[in-house]
Amino acid sequence: MSSDLLRRLAARAEAAAHAGPARCPCGGTATLADRPDATVVRHAGTVAKAHAPGTDPAELALRLATAARLPDVLLPPLRPEPVTVDDRLVTFWPYGVPVDPDAPQAAPWEAAAALLARLHRTPVRTPLPAMRGPAKAARALARLRAAGPHPAAPPVLRAWAALPAWARAEAPQPDAATLCHGDLHLGQLVRHPAPDGPWRLIDVDDLGTGVAAWDLARPAAWYACGLLPPEEWTRFLDAYRAAGGPAVPAAGDPWAALDVPARALTVQTAALAIVRAAAARRPLDEVEQAVVNACARMSALPPRPGHGGA
Amino acid sequence: MHCPKCHAPMHTYNRNGVQIEQCSGCRGIFLDYGELEALTRLEAQWSQPAPPPPGAPHAYPAPPAPAWGAPHGGHHGHHRHKSFGHMLFSS
Repeated sequence: MSSDLLRRLAARAEAAAHAGPARCPCGGTATLADRPDATVVRHAGTVAKAHAPGTDPAELALRLATAARLPDVLLPPLRPEPVTVDDRLVTFWPYGVPVDPDAPQAAPWEAAAALLARLHRTPVRTPLPAMRGPAKAARALARLRAAGPHPAAPPVLRAWAALPAWARAEAPQPDAATLCHGDLHLGQLVRHPAPDGPWRLIDVDDLGTGVAAWDLARPAAWYACGLLPPEEWTRFLDAYRAAGGPAVPAAGDPWAALDVPARALTVQTAALAIVRAAAARRPLDEVEQAVVNACARMSALPPRPGHGGA
Repeated sequence: MHCPKCHAPMHTYNRNGVQIEQCSGCRGIFLDYGELEALTRLEAQWSQPAPPPPGAPHAYPAPPAPAWGAPHGGHHGHHRHKSFGHMLFSS
């Protein structure tokens, strides 16, 4: 099933690469990702992505149109409309060079922050679905519950229950006017044109309107959990502020805005860490335990109403 | 963590909120970024007759962190853990 999809997706990527005016240097098709929620292949300068089963075509079209409209922030798609391959919606993108996973210390924090600030400042003129960050967090918690009892799960479930309804995707987000990415991490940045063009954001699946602080919340959570060094967090936050990002006040303590989203991302990360550790029948490692410990501390300190855009 | 000089294991001590790694072999001390300044600041506080007025700017203020954050906003050392490397890149 998946290998059928991979083969057909590779054929589509190759056909798309060969449709251009330039001669294709060819050299075969590589699988960049093959997960339940996305299969991504690359042929020369063309990338084809099969989106998650059940992806709403109208919502994907709106998200794709946003990327096409903002080529200074988001990698623009090669075609304005998705095609269907084996019941999956497929989109085509130019290849960009990702952050080297073996050199995360070279993470382009300033570029990521400036791109987010630019995205968050973009006026929303066309209707867009909601940013899916909270929905993704809720899905992680559903996976944790489905994985069965685990000794580390109770503090994570308690921290989740203490979050406001919007952060659990049980109520609309308190902001429906700000354009957000919805799933920022270091895998969501590429240089385009390859190899040394400017950084751009990729992956529009969770893009939409919502609480902009959600896009800062992963680095914020990593810093809060003691994983991201303070210098790197400061570089990211300062660059976001310098670029006029609206998610946090321009100066002073940013945590009134970051608290709820950073809690939610910490809980999501802890939930998925437990699911993965349980599936591999191994104990939590030091980093995963640090994230669970943060959840345990949250229960004693519930979010203050009015904090984090709630 | 092992001592870069004699390779004996290093032990972590907390002195007034400053984390210090000391070698169990040669007793050498390893300081993280900003820790020397933090110690200097503490020393200045001890020797000064009056404490600095509240709100006085610090040389190296730690960025604010939430109350549920890791103690001392402290992070897990200089080397990045492999598991955190994975976390940086996944949804």
